[in-house]
Amino acid sequence: MKPFGLQAPPRRAPARIASTADLRSLQRLMTRALVRPLTADDGLQPRWVDGRPMAEVAAEFIKPNDRLTSFDRLEIYGRMYWFRLLDAVRDDCPGLRALLGERAFDGLAQAYLATYPSRSFTLRDLCSRLERFVAEHPRLTAPRTALAREIARFEWAQTVAFDGPSRPALTLAQFGAVSPSRLRLGLQPYLTLLVLEHPLDDWVIAVKRRNALRGAASQAIAAEAGGTRRLRRPAPPRRGRIRLAVHRHQNNLFYKRLEPAAFRILCALRDGATLSRAIAAGGRGAKPELVRSWFASWQALGWFCRWQPPVAPSL
Amino acid sequence: MPANPFNGQTDYGIGIGLRVPHYAHILAKKPVVDWFEIISENFMVDGGRPLEILDQILEQYRVVQHGVSLYFGSADKPDRTHLRRLKALVKRTNTPWLSDHLCWGSVDGTYTHDLLPVPYTMAAARRTAEKIRQVRDFVGVPICVENVSSYAEYHASEMTEWEFLSEVVERADCGILLDVNNIYVSSRNHGFDPYEYLNHLPHHRVGQMHVAGHTRFEKYTLDTHDHPVLDPVWKLYAHATKLCGVTATLLEWDDKIPSFDEVHHEALKANQFIDGARQAVG
Repeated sequence: MKPFGLQAPPRRAPARIASTADLRSLQRLMTRALVRPLTADDGLQPRWVDGRPMAEVAAEFIKPNDRLTSFDRLEIYGRMYWFRLLDAVRDDCPGLRALLGERAFDGLAQAYLATYPSRSFTLRDLCSRLERFVAEHPRLTAPRTALAREIARFEWAQTVAFDGPSRPALTLAQFGAVSPSRLRLGLQPYLTLLVLEHPLDDWVIAVKRRNALRGAASQAIAAEAGGTRRLRRPAPPRRGRIRLAVHRHQNNLFYKRLEPAAFRILCALRDGATLSRAIAAGGRGAKPELVRSWFASWQALGWFCRWQPPVAPSL
Repeated sequence: MPANPFNGQTDYGIGIGLRVPHYAHILAKKPVVDWFEIISENFMVDGGRPLEILDQILEQYRVVQHGVSLYFGSADKPDRTHLRRLKALVKRTNTPWLSDHLCWGSVDGTYTHDLLPVPYTMAAARRTAEKIRQVRDFVGVPICVENVSSYAEYHASEMTEWEFLSEVVERADCGILLDVNNIYVSSRNHGFDPYEYLNHLPHHRVGQMHVAGHTRFEKYTLDTHDHPVLDPVWKLYAHATKLCGVTATLLEWDDKIPSFDEVHHEALKANQFIDGARQAVG
């Protein structure tokens, strides 16, 4: 399968770099070589995309030296690429790792990066398409694909909440003067509303705490006995629907559980409903005294901003 | 030549890289440090904790921006959205100069997140210099380009790395961030004399220097930034300061990061060699 966004590499490496087109050709070739998954032994694949020996392809554009072949030298870069990117995915997905186990997770991460190489200048965006990839390739997470998608969505929401954009928060005085039938309230771009079929907030907190303890324990064990102990994978989360706002407050990450009616109101506001329509969307659970306390709480958290039409995510 | 057009006519001393494990120490203890180098991309975000930390650092310290994703040597045009983000950060930090690498790392919008060597040809030098000028004109601060460590050479190359670096910076009329450790690492991997490299550079264009630790394996040497600077690199640094003058210097330590005090202590070792250069001049 062709990696997303990559142009086809040239059939042969350019013999000379006499123009920007030659330079681009060389860079397409080398990029394609680097983004192909490593072998089980962390080596470059022995065959190129057209079936030729990889050593022959590498020798076309990389000089050997007295210690390393062209293939060996290209392999150094291939390893650095994969180790760096896999580490970044692992760091961003502690929950998914805990669910799948290290081996299955590494397989998923490698397949993901081979299909969706980075399209951003920052590794921060590396997992932006992971939920989509999990949905497109269910066999990699079977039989827990639905849960894996949920966790991927939840973990990406945390990245957004950590350093996503914010807009000036509106005060009650600023929006109190406008008629509810005309008022549209935006929600902060760093806030994500999620319906989850499992209480992932508690579960992921437990996983992170366990990882921290494991890190401390393995250091102690390594210091005392020169070895590490394999800990059991945590049990997957039990079922139970929750509605969650993943957000930040005073630059700390928070998960806030929401009543069904409160969640419906916020979703309606996010989608551009007027205030009166959003409150109506809350349904029978949206009792006036509750609605007042919810809005007071959300406003205090700085969730409201001027409404803007949503921008389609770039993929 | 401590102050020159390529470092904004500043006379900074010895700095260290601002890294997450040291945030709490720096903000609580406020240690005396000449300046911090930040990785621009870590703060080219839209909000949240990273910018809050940066603003607190800026209240106390001088900060210089160092980037890892401009990829001057890529065939792709500079990305305007990226440059706008970078310019916004430049306004925030008031960095007197901006540095990034003489390398490529992306093509057709796909990023490798690596610093890959450019083929050393005139066409590549022209393209690279053109992009440096475009970036400088957009962000409005002097630019220094850093030589990278490399593990491969191309058949297509027509000149040495130092000839290529000189060609690029002369064409772009920009500065050099001279990474002494990278010269050493590449000299081990490609079998050239690192002193010959240093001797042939346009020394008046050096606006900043880097030192760092590396790791030697049986068949190659890696630029690992995970332990103290090794003696051959300090010797090379001493030679560089004699040629270029006492220049703003930064220690890079990016992996297995020890305490702030240990990193700072390692960086301050540069003073020994700077004093030698001053005596040689004086």
